[in-house]
Amino acid sequence: MTVNGYVKNRILYITLSGEMDECSSQTARTQCDKLIEENINCSRIVINLSEVAFMDSTGIGFLIGRYKKAAKLSTPLCITKPNFAADKILNLSGIYSIIPKAE
Amino acid sequence: MIKNYLKLQFYALPRNQAFARDAVAAFCLELNPSLSALSDVKTAVSEAVTNCTVHAYGGGEGLVTVECEIEESVLHIKISDEGKGIADLNQAVQPFYTSAPSDERSGMGFTIMQTFMDEFKVDSKRGEGTVVYMSKSFNSEVENA
Repeated sequence: MTVNGYVKNRILYITLSGEMDECSSQTARTQCDKLIEENINCSRIVINLSEVAFMDSTGIGFLIGRYKKAAKLSTPLCITKPNFAADKILNLSGIYSIIPKAE
Repeated sequence: MIKNYLKLQFYALPRNQAFARDAVAAFCLELNPSLSALSDVKTAVSEAVTNCTVHAYGGGEGLVTVECEIEESVLHIKISDEGKGIADLNQAVQPFYTSAPSDERSGMGFTIMQTFMDEFKVDSKRGEGTVVYMSKSFNSEVENA
């Protein structure tokens, strides 16, 4: 799993790529938190899941963890472009009621 | 009638999670599964194997056994460990219940196995281990229509 980020118009865009499971989530978590900490002046964080080829329930815990981190900084967080399989898990977990899905 | 069988046994290492789900996915390709059904199977296997590494053996040493059987158009999966077992099964299968909330665990593993597979059963004995049984039927004519 790789994590890439960039800032545009004060919005932090984070793109996750690869397979998200318990094994791969640990370094992704550190990298993601580093990006959030380095860009605390952002008005918003968008996590792009379009390149996540596989995700199990680890992804739910991962996203809620990043949501809590962003909430401490009062920065809104949203998810964008999950594939059909990731979307199925995220829907099942009800995560969209706290982390909205943006188009 | 198709009949096929696979048995995998491996160390409960986190990096084997991907290996296990990919191997089971490859095994069930002869059933001509749709991408969506294949993804369901991979996710359910990933959940069960992750439970072995994280909960049964708590990150320590141990063996995970994955057995698969194809019977007609049905895939049966049995995933077992010889770890610490589950103290309270009823509680463990509740959505969002996790015994390790501090580790950002969602508590959705068993719920996903139940939802994504057609049949699901778990047996566990404290100090002896846990066995998860799951099945999914594939209708090959519908699957890739």
